[in-house]
Amino acid sequence: MALDGQKTAYTYIGTTPDRPDGLDKVTGRARYGADISLPGMLHGAVVRSPHAHAKILKIDTSKAMALDGVKAVITRADFPDGLEGEDWNLQENCMAGDKALYDGHAVAAVAATSPLIARDAAKLIEVAYEPLPHVTDVDAAMAEGAPVIREGAADFSVPDGLHPNVVRYFDSGRGDLEQGFAEADLVIEKSFTTEAAHQGYIEPQACLGQMGGDGRGELWVTTQGHWFVRRMCAAILGTEATGLRVTPSEIGGGFGGKTTVFIEPLSLALSRKAGGKPVKMGMTRSEVLRATGPTASASMDIKMGMTKDGRITAASGTFRMQGGAFPGAPVDVTTMLAFGNYDIAHVRQVGYDVLANRPKQAAYRAPGAPMAAFATESVLDELCRQLHLDPIDTRLKNAAREGTRATFGPKYGPIGLVETLEAAKAHPNYRQPLGPNQGRGVASGYWMNWGGETSASVAISEDGSITVSIGTPDIGGSRASMALMAAEAFGVPYENVRVNISDTGALGVNEPTHGSRATYASGLATIRAAEDCITKLCKRAADKWEIDAEAVTWEDGCAKPSGPNAGDFPPMPIAEIAAEMGETGGPISGHFEGTPAGFSGSFGTHVVDVEVDPETGRTTILRYLVVQDAGKAIHPAYVEGQFQGGAVQGIGWTLNEEYIYGEDGRLQNAGFLDYRIPVASDLPMIDTVIVEVPNPGHPYGVRGVGETGITPPLPAIANAVREATGKRLCDLPLRPSRVLAAIRGKG
Amino acid sequence: MNYHTPESFEDAAAIAAAATGTTRFLAGGTDVLVQLRTDLVTPDDLIDIKHIPGVKQITRREDGGWRIGAAVAGAEMTETAALCADWPGLVEGMDLVGSTQVQGRATLVGNLCNGSPAADGVPGMIAAGCTVTVIGPEGAREVAVEEIPAGPGKTTLDRGEVITGVNIPPRGAHGGDAYLRFIPRTEMDIAVVGCAVNLRVDGATITHARVVLGAVAPTVRLVPEAGEAIAGTTLDSAALDRLARAASAACHPIDDKRGTIEFRTHVAGVLAKRAATIAYSRAKGDQA
Repeated sequence: MALDGQKTAYTYIGTTPDRPDGLDKVTGRARYGADISLPGMLHGAVVRSPHAHAKILKIDTSKAMALDGVKAVITRADFPDGLEGEDWNLQENCMAGDKALYDGHAVAAVAATSPLIARDAAKLIEVAYEPLPHVTDVDAAMAEGAPVIREGAADFSVPDGLHPNVVRYFDSGRGDLEQGFAEADLVIEKSFTTEAAHQGYIEPQACLGQMGGDGRGELWVTTQGHWFVRRMCAAILGTEATGLRVTPSEIGGGFGGKTTVFIEPLSLALSRKAGGKPVKMGMTRSEVLRATGPTASASMDIKMGMTKDGRITAASGTFRMQGGAFPGAPVDVTTMLAFGNYDIAHVRQVGYDVLANRPKQAAYRAPGAPMAAFATESVLDELCRQLHLDPIDTRLKNAAREGTRATFGPKYGPIGLVETLEAAKAHPNYRQPLGPNQGRGVASGYWMNWGGETSASVAISEDGSITVSIGTPDIGGSRASMALMAAEAFGVPYENVRVNISDTGALGVNEPTHGSRATYASGLATIRAAEDCITKLCKRAADKWEIDAEAVTWEDGCAKPSGPNAGDFPPMPIAEIAAEMGETGGPISGHFEGTPAGFSGSFGTHVVDVEVDPETGRTTILRYLVVQDAGKAIHPAYVEGQFQGGAVQGIGWTLNEEYIYGEDGRLQNAGFLDYRIPVASDLPMIDTVIVEVPNPGHPYGVRGVGETGITPPLPAIANAVREATGKRLCDLPLRPSRVLAAIRGKG
Repeated sequence: MNYHTPESFEDAAAIAAAATGTTRFLAGGTDVLVQLRTDLVTPDDLIDIKHIPGVKQITRREDGGWRIGAAVAGAEMTETAALCADWPGLVEGMDLVGSTQVQGRATLVGNLCNGSPAADGVPGMIAAGCTVTVIGPEGAREVAVEEIPAGPGKTTLDRGEVITGVNIPPRGAHGGDAYLRFIPRTEMDIAVVGCAVNLRVDGATITHARVVLGAVAPTVRLVPEAGEAIAGTTLDSAALDRLARAASAACHPIDDKRGTIEFRTHVAGVLAKRAATIAYSRAKGDQA
């Protein structure tokens, strides 16, 4: 059997069977975060700050506790002191301490025998606030005189003389900018802003927690990563990680937003205080928007130089981002990826992570990358327009390839940017004629992907069917992908494989489904665990045949003698070995534990056509093409789904999604009526082309594909609007009033 | 909370008149139940009018006009072909409210009584010259639709008064209406600006027009100057420009998260032109 080297011919990989979880999901049998109930269960509700920034003077819970049916009330006093770093940030974000730091910040929580009693009790908790000056805009937050969110929050990286709200500083680059810009025939410098955007997962946060006074407990929760939840909850509650078993429910979307905790530690703390009764909690959509993490908002200055024939000579960018009242805006990634598409000799990136009175940001699909792409790919497009150069040819001229030293340091291995550009150029969408008020935009984008701690098991059942146990929740069809990879490795039908998402008690530590890592890392783990299994299966056959294990090979689901010299035995199917395994040495299973480091990034190129109504400023997406490198598409339909999903979220972020804060610092659009994600009728069918430049770091060549797709839409659409209107819009979203003002010369 | 299911509008009005706390009438519930669930309003008395005979009926009157019962769902209007043929603008306004699911519950009278200046169902009714029948302690009266809204969330109805249905006049010959709204997306949104136009032609000449704007003032607003701007014309470009100016001039919008004053004022003129063009085409019998 060929365990070494990469396969190139496949039986199951590349087919598109129905996902194993599909039937349950479309018939309502699948159990999500809010779908579990237990006898004696209580219901939790959270009291949230109505102020953007306020000192908490006093919390009087007596009236709430006196209400019939109320079993527990908690405040920050019910959590341990002395946490540090990100643990403290998480605890402070889940339950405010001395100050409420944003509109919606949790200040107390209650558990009662019904949801209505809990809601009424929450209203009876009296919180005395002393409102403080607030700031929600990133530029305002780092300006002189801005209210200080927290003294001493800055780390060692921040130079002297900056506002205390600047908590991290990044500065990277190479070459000689002055020389680079001198080599240019045209230099363009522009400033850009993007607003915070929410992941918009359809399922609000929900959980059912139970914890006794001994610190042992269980948690049922919708999450992207239950080991993360376990570690974070244990830290916040001051208990031991192993004492808590976390079981992930099905998940109704996450996009990065469910890699952290909000109500989960509260349900456990309430349960602990209520004598160990289970406590169910769920957020309303309004709570989701006010108090969970959107991505950061950004303010950016970009300068790029180009020769007449389209070579980028130098590039520099300054990126200021606020990720709420805590450190963590993904400006490190922003600076890293800002110019990562291109081979540029002279480059510099400066980044500021800034505190503001907004909810703590959470990961959102390619965190930090889309904002940078908006700014840098807009300037690149403007250079191409002013120099009368084709945007794809110009990108091809500058594209990073295998061996290019990335602007962030390392040399790229095999990557597919050139292939995506060539495929985009060859696609019929790139040649469609455009009418009046229509425009075409092109942009490329990148996500570096991730490996991460991974543990998986594969077990053979008595009938020869196969159970794969992984620890990465299935958001985008990963059960189907794992089953396909296991089927390929074993040479058995897809239907003979069942994939379970195990709880924290059943496997070693797994990082979440994040960083576009699940198909890559859990996939690699599944294949390696299958190979471990196959070695054991071959040994059983060898023992029965009384030949050396090395003389047995595995093919099409059967053990076979490796050649005529090994012996003349008929192939032994997996079912036959499994039926006898109790007598031949016991249960057969295979394992993988490791931190796969052979991940490789995915580039994408998008081409979009828009029409802008010149009288109203409304942008309609006419055509949309995503071309992206998947390495090897395990289940091509779900790969296309990831491409389309990224594009759609990017369209929303570009056109209409934004956090709108009033003068009072309160969020004005905490609902899907005025936080406008795209609806189906806003969108054309998103066309896709899967490019496959295999990743040598995965047995089948897989690259993560989940995140790259949200990176090019922001600039691609802005570039198309530029062509349709003649106006370069540098501030997102491109809401109609903003576009109309630009068209009418008032922008 | 007291939940009532009266079997006549007289009983419904009597319950409301006797109530002392917060009172809500319940028909489709697409506003009231949402307010309840989001904890905005918790009525002391909730009066469900759906059990009253005839409330879910669409009736063609002898004079060719129509009567829409207070609990008729939007979807039932959309599926009544003769009503759509007579008053496409009025029906398309109602049809824009919410989603397909919401259309199975939402009612024209509810859309009016919710008092939103952005109500999509209301401008078409006013443009058509509709009235509503109101029953209260003092008996029944018929009121022009434009007299019902009093401001955001408010109506001119007195305590104890309830609307039993909408009276749509006969379409008559050579008439056409249309409703357009501006939203940033294509569905599931609240009008940033809405405009209904109803007109009649004699040959190519408009003899009479009513233009109504939504979401640009505290109430849905009938704009007589806008109607006058196109009456007597063939809707040539000069007439359309006058119409747009008159519509924009009638705007007194607010700056809010849904749109700026400048944007709403400009787009009101744009929508008036576009809606008038559709209504004109329909009146002349052109294929839509």
